[in-house]
Amino acid sequence: MAKVHVSSTVNGEVMEFLCEPQETLLDVLRNQLNMTGTKEGCGSGDCGACSVTVNGALVCSCLVLGVEAEGAEIGTVEGVSNKDQLHVIQQKFLEHAALQCGICTPGLVVSTQALLKTNPKPTEEEARYYLAGNLCRCTGYDKIIRAVMDSAETLRGDA
Amino acid sequence: MSEAKQFKYIGTRSIRPDGFDKVTGRANYGADMSLPGMIWGRTLRSPHAHAKIKSIDTSAAEALDGVFAIASHADLPAVANISIEAGEGSSNLVDLGQNVFAKDKVLYHGHAILAVAARTEAIADQAIDLIKIEYEVLTPVMDILDAMAKGAPILHDNMFTEGLAEKPTTASNVATRHEFKLGDVEAGFAAADVIVERDFYTPTVHQGYIEPHACLGRYDENGQSMIFCCTQGHFDVRASTAALLKMNLSQLKVIASEIGGGFGGKTTVYQEPVSLILSKKSGRPVKMVMERDEVFKASGPGSASRLWVKVGAKNDGTITAMQGRFHYEAGAFKGSPVMMGCMTAFTPYNLENVHVEGFDVVVNKPKVAAYRAPGAPQAEFAAEMVVNEIAEKIGMDPIELRLKNAAAEGTQTIYGPKLKRVGLVECLEAVRDSEHYKSALKENQGRGVAAGFWFNVGGQSSVNLNMNPDGTGTIVEGSPDIGGSRASMQLMAAEEMQMPAENFKPIIADTENVAFSAGTGGSRTTFATGMAVIEAAQDVIRQMKERAAAVWNVTAEQVEWSEGVAINTAGEDRLTAKQICKGADRTGGQISGRGNINARGAGPSFAVHLCDVEVDKETGKVDVIRYTAAQDAGKAIHPSYVEGQLQGGAVQGIGWALNEEYVYSKEGLLENAGFLDYRIPLASDLPMIDAIIVEVPNAFHPYGVRGVGESGIIPPLAAVGSAVSHAIGIPVTELPCSPPRVLKLVQDNA
Amino acid sequence: MAVVDYKVAGSIEEAVSLLANAKIFTQILAGGTDLIIQTKAQANPVAVVDVKKIDSMMSATMSDSGLTLGPSMSCVEFTARKDIKAMFPGLVDAAYLIGSTQVQGRCSVGGNLCNASPAADTIPALIANGAECVINGPKGERTVSVEAFVTGVGQNCMAKDELLSAIKIAKPAAGTADAYLRFIPRSEMDIAVAGAGVSVTLDASGTCTAARVAIGAVAVTALLVPEAANALIGSKLDDAALKAAADAASNASKPISDRRGTVEFRRHVVGVLVKRAAVIAATRAKEK
Repeated sequence: MAKVHVSSTVNGEVMEFLCEPQETLLDVLRNQLNMTGTKEGCGSGDCGACSVTVNGALVCSCLVLGVEAEGAEIGTVEGVSNKDQLHVIQQKFLEHAALQCGICTPGLVVSTQALLKTNPKPTEEEARYYLAGNLCRCTGYDKIIRAVMDSAETLRGDA
Repeated sequence: MSEAKQFKYIGTRSIRPDGFDKVTGRANYGADMSLPGMIWGRTLRSPHAHAKIKSIDTSAAEALDGVFAIASHADLPAVANISIEAGEGSSNLVDLGQNVFAKDKVLYHGHAILAVAARTEAIADQAIDLIKIEYEVLTPVMDILDAMAKGAPILHDNMFTEGLAEKPTTASNVATRHEFKLGDVEAGFAAADVIVERDFYTPTVHQGYIEPHACLGRYDENGQSMIFCCTQGHFDVRASTAALLKMNLSQLKVIASEIGGGFGGKTTVYQEPVSLILSKKSGRPVKMVMERDEVFKASGPGSASRLWVKVGAKNDGTITAMQGRFHYEAGAFKGSPVMMGCMTAFTPYNLENVHVEGFDVVVNKPKVAAYRAPGAPQAEFAAEMVVNEIAEKIGMDPIELRLKNAAAEGTQTIYGPKLKRVGLVECLEAVRDSEHYKSALKENQGRGVAAGFWFNVGGQSSVNLNMNPDGTGTIVEGSPDIGGSRASMQLMAAEEMQMPAENFKPIIADTENVAFSAGTGGSRTTFATGMAVIEAAQDVIRQMKERAAAVWNVTAEQVEWSEGVAINTAGEDRLTAKQICKGADRTGGQISGRGNINARGAGPSFAVHLCDVEVDKETGKVDVIRYTAAQDAGKAIHPSYVEGQLQGGAVQGIGWALNEEYVYSKEGLLENAGFLDYRIPLASDLPMIDAIIVEVPNAFHPYGVRGVGESGIIPPLAAVGSAVSHAIGIPVTELPCSPPRVLKLVQDNA
Repeated sequence: MAVVDYKVAGSIEEAVSLLANAKIFTQILAGGTDLIIQTKAQANPVAVVDVKKIDSMMSATMSDSGLTLGPSMSCVEFTARKDIKAMFPGLVDAAYLIGSTQVQGRCSVGGNLCNASPAADTIPALIANGAECVINGPKGERTVSVEAFVTGVGQNCMAKDELLSAIKIAKPAAGTADAYLRFIPRSEMDIAVAGAGVSVTLDASGTCTAARVAIGAVAVTALLVPEAANALIGSKLDDAALKAAADAASNASKPISDRRGTVEFRRHVVGVLVKRAAVIAATRAKEK
């Protein structure tokens, strides 16, 4: 099968790659671009571990084809921190112990960032429903939601 | 031991040292590693639940461009019919090999038959489609009752039930019978004013870790091998793989990646030996990553069970007898945790008369793997439900009933030892005194309480504390970190060394870089590996004192260690750790401490949970609206991660109680092998989980630690089940309490 | 396996042409949240035509005559439209229920409709609103009702060379509002076990003068249930009328038992949903 040449902007950096039409954006990120921060939990859009943004929209990268990234802006977990500075969300996840095994964490960090961009002052219920597509099996979500609410407050400057 | 002691570092909520890699995505999990020349392995799995393999033709697959090698049971050397220690128990080596690759017979939908290594996963999948296998399909048995029925298809011709008075002459699907007893239950029931007996059913469930099994194996020309994999115990992977492939342990290096959840399910091997076989045959490193449906079809799960419980009590609440008969599904090969179910079911109660029988039954489902307190959730679900029903019948508060009969120091357990000091009473009181318990319920709401017991284990751990010339140190340990344990190791080293935690970096070494450590499971890591950290630190302090003594020309007994400083009690000299380490080359070489132990004295952890639900009686939908989990941690090294265990266990139990179950077709094919239809709890399904840490120190650990990883999954099944019973006024006897089941209960009893 | 060829269409005409000239099985790729899963599961090669660069497919316009919806507009954008939500709150609710936030970032009403799952959330809501499908092919344009568009499990009425180019819903009469409810065992993510879309028109006295009731996930396709609507018309949606509507819906359903629900459960619950959706629709109609 002939490979397609794709040019995309990932975390603000122009990247080019070759991929087969059947490869998903998740496959491309992990296998072609060596960006393994985005995880595969299910491959069918049911767990959110592969969450990224495409042109600002929060999506499951396992449900986007690599070829669809042509000309698009992709945001992954690798782009959330700024050089050696953690994002507030990442810092709060650590402070609240909102991760145990950590496999769902990259997806949750990306999703939380997307949540707080669309809704800077979510209620607990709004946060839970927005993040319903991010499965966690370790924490029971309690500390995750606390980290999200604290991040929201801090980012708003209400702390 | 440490009750009155003030701690400086443990008990604080430090930032876990491995956290930065995890929140940035840098941490390497099982599927995140690659090697030059790497190819991919994929598995051909049985489309039938029960069948004989008549013929296999791989010729078309072998001819496909891009295919490097094919492996099957024929590539496994013949092994002895022995048990090997691995994970949270032992495995039969022959069974393990037949689970890795089916031999002659497939025993469950998804059972691995062959594996193909190819340039890409897509080519490997194509090759698998080209392989022709002829089956003679057999009738599957999918349920305990069917498996034990007269004339049932037999899975293993050589299975003769063990544990019976007389060895049977015909093969059956019942592998083993267990029995435990104390006193005389008949006399106990005769003395009772009220007796309740019930039959219960719990379904097949999966541990549900988000990370699929993944490994990368390489076998080189020298017979040396390496496996990089996600596992709870890389030494167990080494032991199992070396035993299956008849290798010396020194030939196989296993590197534990970060692990994306295990809960007991990643304590055995599936793909790891296969990746080595394929690597040997192809001359390339071979990576194997399970798809999500493979994880459900061919790993885990937790046993389905049929449980009968009978409890007798006096009107004043004294329990006079408890009896149980438990049947657990082992899956395709023997070895369900029914024995542990027998041992834990009634242990929260101080009893004179108790009798339990347990049966290990094979069915055409995947071989079960350990699932968090294996065996206990099912049996204790049944016991706690009946205890609650007794409470209701005699008009007694369910917490008061439990307090009246609570297991405590000196209680004779059914499985042998007497309990040492334990914290069940304190947990019951914490829940009784909580705001939650005092709050009022509204219409259509119900409340349930339940207790849980798990032994916890100790076991072997090895730690090196290697000091650097600048006075910092590396804690080299061998316990894969599934929930934040590195933070606790760092805190314990800091506490013992009396130096800030940032001085010590914990790492998890591979099987060649640290001495033997048993797997992360059994709630052992903070307890046993922690103990080894403490011993290693004590070893370092001893050496620090000796070096200081040498410098000052005094004896080591004259040197004190305080706040990271050696002090000459016979004079005014002081030397900091940094100074001693900097000068270590002149006093005998760099300082390294070790702790190689087989930790004894693991203290059990009791848990008590409280759950409020609301039921929509028109649809059967159950919502958990409030939840409190209290558990005895002995001493919480890192309170946030202890709370995390309580909360995580509670939510797995809630899922088990509400919506999780394997759904099979009539032909024994798994119909819900994905997260869409295997329904684990979502963030939007739950309220906050109030975690109450109770601390009744374990005298056998320097800081009083009790493991907490497992007990938390036990009480939710009955806490939720009883809450639903309470809300609808009808006893719940089957899990999960899914809407169709709850609605049927409501409608049948309207 | 499956996707072997990927093309981007710049216009409706180009998309139709690509479909008409296809040498292998070709599907339209919008959000892809169903399609990509389906292609992963099959061995046969598939070609896809990406329509996300066609403006009219990705946008929605509201006018005095009603809504013209680009079928591939992502749900996250569609559900943010306050004007559409004001006129068709039930349809927007239904669209919002599809999948997770991540799925919402890609999925579309048109995709949900064309995929024609028996349990699709938007279809009962579309039917309740009397929505119509504008189909383009080599021979031109045709319009069919949503009920006629969906023909079976995963089947729609389009030929291989046809494309759904717009979904049109006429502006409802004054005093009309819709609602959609579904039943799932968790709070999100699940495929509907039963679904109900209801539209009611109330006069000044609160009497129902018109209604449409559609049920989903309880037959091979979503069903328009005139008997349920008739039970509401002429009433003030009192308990007796609601019960009659619920019973009519239950009687019209032809559910199966599967890993998501039993026959008895679905039959009962769809009635409950019709009742509850009718009440919500009526409350909204009064507020308008």
